Amino acid sequence: MTDVREAITHAHHEEWARVVASLTRRFGDLDIAEEATAEAFATAVGRWPADGVPPNPGAWLTTTATRKAIDRIRRENKRDDKHKEAQMLYDHPPEPLGAIDDDRLRLIFTCCHPALAMETRIALTLRMVGGLTMPEIARAFFVQESTMGQRITRAKAKIKAARIPYRVPSAEDLPARVSGVLAVLFLVFNEGYLATGPDTDPIRHELTAEAIRLTRLVRGLMPEDGEVAGLLALMLLIEARRTARLSASGELVTLEEQDRGAWDAALVAEGHRLVRERLAAGVAPGRYQILAAINGVHTSARHVSETDWSQVVALYDLLVRLDSSPIVALNRAIALAELDGPRAALAVVDRLEDKLAGYHAYHATRADLLRRLDYSRESRAAYDKAIELAGNSAEIAHLRRRRDQLG
Amino acid sequence: MQYLVSVIADGTELATPGEEAAIDAFNERLQAQGSWVYANGLAAPSTATLIDGRGEEPVFTDGPFLESKEFLAGFWIIEAPNLDVALKLAAEGSKACNRKLELRPFHT
Repeated sequence: MTDVREAITHAHHEEWARVVASLTRRFGDLDIAEEATAEAFATAVGRWPADGVPPNPGAWLTTTATRKAIDRIRRENKRDDKHKEAQMLYDHPPEPLGAIDDDRLRLIFTCCHPALAMETRIALTLRMVGGLTMPEIARAFFVQESTMGQRITRAKAKIKAARIPYRVPSAEDLPARVSGVLAVLFLVFNEGYLATGPDTDPIRHELTAEAIRLTRLVRGLMPEDGEVAGLLALMLLIEARRTARLSASGELVTLEEQDRGAWDAALVAEGHRLVRERLAAGVAPGRYQILAAINGVHTSARHVSETDWSQVVALYDLLVRLDSSPIVALNRAIALAELDGPRAALAVVDRLEDKLAGYHAYHATRADLLRRLDYSRESRAAYDKAIELAGNSAEIAHLRRRRDQLG
Repeated sequence: MQYLVSVIADGTELATPGEEAAIDAFNERLQAQGSWVYANGLAAPSTATLIDGRGEEPVFTDGPFLESKEFLAGFWIIEAPNLDVALKLAAEGSKACNRKLELRPFHT
């Protein structure tokens, strides 16, 4: 019984996107593909415990879903002439097996199309590619189930009406479109990693795990893409520190204070392998690869004092050239404090005030630098501001403790 | 598949000679590659008349149906196989006329 349940969970992870993708290709309709796939899994839940798990669950699910889709189209075409139906059924010979992986890639690019709003891309990707249910997605982003349902319904209608193509973008558009897909995956990861909201867990493992799973899928489909590898490495190296990042009392533990023995060694090793693979490729790295390399430096140090800060700063210098955002400049300054001291870093940070005055990390960084320079009063004011702006409960607990420790 | 590409203007200035030339060049490209269906510019919103013919006698009212800072200044109807192609053409059109555009598919 538990074996069957495991088999169904496994099939859901392995086959959901494949089935949705191949049905979308065959029937040219995301809505039909989604509904028929969901029905096929529901049928599996009903039948497999009695009939046993089929030898090839993926093929069974695809066949069952295809039948469900044809049933639905028949119902909707009841009044249409028989000819049309026959055409629909026989005009599409089965695709050769090699095309299946491309279908999943097509599905991902369609769900992350730039003509859709970012929040819609996220919801659609989690539903169509990730196979999450509507209530799960609604819960993940704190919206009503009906609101999430409407968002996805509207997106499917737009894809159909505006004819968003079901294909992998052309070579000239590919880099921009891949970075659009990665942005969606990274947003899902970040919502799990730094969950916002007073009533949520500070780290939501189900979201970081889902983001990693989907990024692994994209990596499997685009093994040559350096930024895909970079994002996966980045996620793995952050995820490796997940349990060490939170104290028993639910407080955020900063990198320097973390018990490095509690890091997940397997994830660190996998992340390092990917970073090395990208370094060996000898191609100019994109932003995810640079961020992964920075995290690679941190996770290579057995103690914070062994961190190669000049390497971290050099990597940030590289990143600044690609991304002139003040947040990158802020993170570079944090590393600079370790290399050139807090006073030099504070001078850099203070110059970012215009752009980052509303960002909690700006104030938290200033507070920390001021504390290290023994400006207690100024530090306290900066902690107050950071606490006021922060959204993550563990981070707020950490900032409070630091503030209350000031002399 | 046909798409309506609306030109959104936020001022009453007409297209400059440079914009006119760029629009002409863009239109020629559209025609040459078979993406052209129709295009034209519209007179100012203040020249619009509202018509309600649903009653016994038609009622005519002066003015556009929506008063807003941004308004429809012209449009293209283009032919494209899918949204990606249409978006690319619209991006070129936006550059040519130096205005924001809205792209909407026709029903069929």
